[in-house]
Amino acid sequence: MRTAALFLLFFAPLAAAGNSCIECHAALDGRLQKPALAFKIDVHSTRGFGCADCHGGDASSDAPAVSMSRARGFKGKIARTAVPELCARCHSDANLIHKFKPQQRVDQIAQYRTSVHGKRLAAGDAAVANCVDCHGVHDIREVRSALSPVHPLRLPETCARCHADAGRMSKYKLEHTQFDEYRQSVHWTALAKRGDLSAPGCASCHGNHGATPPQVNSVAAVCGTCHVLFEELYKKSPHQPVFAAMGAAGCIVCHGKHKIEKPSVKMLSGVGSVCAQCHEADSAGGRAALEIANRTRELDAALGRSEEILERARQSGMEVSEAQLQLMDGRENLIKARLAVHAFQTAAVAKPVQDGLVVAGKTYAAGVAALKERTFRRFGLSISLAAILATMAGLWLAIRSIEKNRGQRSGTDEG
Amino acid sequence: MASLRGKPPIVEWLEERLAFDAIQAFIAHKKVPKHSATMWYYFGGITLFLFGIQVATGILLLLYYRPSAGEAYESVQFIVTRVEFGWLIRSIHSWSANLMILAAFIHMFSVVFLRAYRRPRELTWLSGVGLLGLALGFGFSGYLLPWNTISYFATKVGTDMAAAVPLIGPTLARFLRGGNEVGGATLTRFFGFHVAVLPALTTGLLMVHLFLVQRFGISSPPRVEEQNRASGGPAPEMPFFPNFFLRELMAWYAALAVLGMLAAIFPWELGEKADPFASAPAGIRPEWYFLAPFYTLKLIPSHVWMFEGELLGLLGFGLLAAWWVTLPFWANDRSGSERTRLVTGTGVALIAYLATFSALGYWK
Repeated sequence: MRTAALFLLFFAPLAAAGNSCIECHAALDGRLQKPALAFKIDVHSTRGFGCADCHGGDASSDAPAVSMSRARGFKGKIARTAVPELCARCHSDANLIHKFKPQQRVDQIAQYRTSVHGKRLAAGDAAVANCVDCHGVHDIREVRSALSPVHPLRLPETCARCHADAGRMSKYKLEHTQFDEYRQSVHWTALAKRGDLSAPGCASCHGNHGATPPQVNSVAAVCGTCHVLFEELYKKSPHQPVFAAMGAAGCIVCHGKHKIEKPSVKMLSGVGSVCAQCHEADSAGGRAALEIANRTRELDAALGRSEEILERARQSGMEVSEAQLQLMDGRENLIKARLAVHAFQTAAVAKPVQDGLVVAGKTYAAGVAALKERTFRRFGLSISLAAILATMAGLWLAIRSIEKNRGQRSGTDEG
Repeated sequence: MASLRGKPPIVEWLEERLAFDAIQAFIAHKKVPKHSATMWYYFGGITLFLFGIQVATGILLLLYYRPSAGEAYESVQFIVTRVEFGWLIRSIHSWSANLMILAAFIHMFSVVFLRAYRRPRELTWLSGVGLLGLALGFGFSGYLLPWNTISYFATKVGTDMAAAVPLIGPTLARFLRGGNEVGGATLTRFFGFHVAVLPALTTGLLMVHLFLVQRFGISSPPRVEEQNRASGGPAPEMPFFPNFFLRELMAWYAALAVLGMLAAIFPWELGEKADPFASAPAGIRPEWYFLAPFYTLKLIPSHVWMFEGELLGLLGFGLLAAWWVTLPFWANDRSGSERTRLVTGTGVALIAYLATFSALGYWK
């Protein structure tokens, strides 16, 4: 009894200072219980923030009338239109945020206000995305957590929750096929299949908090964020002023928007090629496209032949690592040639192609020499084996002859 | 100009000083037992022949090889790509090393199953097992010398095992590595072991082994001895020279043919240069003759009751090696009767273990 009294004396104040919101809501059912359970793993919870920091009220009191009293600042459920400003109270406060993450940006709300989402919200459209639609509500995780809905690997699916919803998008007269198209793109392959976190997701081109579609005249700049050299060549190319005058959006004219497929030489020439959409086959542009296509094809094929013969030599046990290393220079020239395609001038492609062909020629010759050497070795081996077998046969005959003579001699001796 | 006896003067001059007659007389009297298992006698000679090839090709490789972490790989690459027939010499050296160890194993097991370790040949057995140990040392030290990825990480694993030996383990590992990690110092040390220490020890022990073989002659299996005793006649024998010698020569030529084929058709790969900062590639494993203990240690849990698994494994290998090395001393019971079943059982079990675990280590 005395022990129980002492326990209460020491621990009752601690219990009162606890989070009564969690304690009560965890004991409830369904909708009211869910936030209390989810909040345990929430990044705010792990950093010492509680329910009252967003919802107001007095979490130190067990009495609902006190803890959820308006007099104590209790707000109840936060209105969707109020969410960004609520989050911004802390996330725009550099002094507070930098205590936890010294390099964390604090301009999310400013960016959000410039976004299509933010503008519509400000106009009273509560249906557009706000912070919690992407980050979660009571189970918010750090962006670097693989379970976070805004982790690079999961972000496209998070955007797709709304943007792939035909019903929701029809209200804004927006397409809803972007996610399906994106999943057929090289970017999705790199991100989701190869797990390359640097590969672009939705936010890489559209921005995250300031999400907005790139304008026609800024597409090349957006693509150029990663494809720097391509953008430089394009800007100097004869296409740039023409596309600008046409109001065509740079890179996407040839490569498409979300369904960006692996580029190939087929885009340059032949039926259904991208160039053929504007250039007649017998026009100067058509002929240039054909020449560029043929030159890159020629280099690709030459490097392929070198690769094949060197691999054949390697599998035969020949040491061709030097030539294989050299072949990488040739592959680099092919990459340069494909890059130079974006200058849309045959002269720009000719040099890397020529350099690559020199490498292909040398490495092919190395492969031929290695296979010739292999044949020479095997011929040498056959001669050696024949000599060894002949010697063994001679030895066998000598042994038989010696043993026969010895047998006859011992027979004569015995006789 | 020939003398009256029909020999050139130079031969006579040498005969007078080197006593060829005595050697000839010794060889003329040397006999080799002749029976259905005589073929197993050739494997000792084949091992010796392959050792000779190792010495010859090793000396040739030394002309170009450079034992430093910065140059070893490039020097081997130079040997196999630029030096005339360098690829052949290197390939023969590598294949011959493996065939030599295989021949040594066959020779050892044939000695066990033919009961050639019996009194008074205990020292011959011990020197032979010692030579096999030195051959394995050659293999382990030589494996690192090309300084490629596989050899680098296999040496790391091998020296880690040495570090697990009780009491002396950490010191032994540091001694082998020339530091706390496998690096340039390890390569230099292994090169020293490979071309100086081990050849010196092997030459000495080989002399002892060959002397003992000459001293006690070649043993007949007990079964053949019994048959000879029962028949009452003289034991079938053949003269060592030229009969056995020529047969042995044929075996050497056969070994040379196999070696040539392997070297020419499957030249020993060089692989990629070792990068100590890279993570170990998948499928790292030692040479085939270390696969069985390697795989066994992999199977043992990290802790068995209160002991470290690796330590227990090494202890087991130590006991097994001691049991095997001392075979001539426990092969007979106190009354002098041979423990034939125990010896045969041990030999068969050891072959089964080596074959099974080597295969598992290779394929898994």
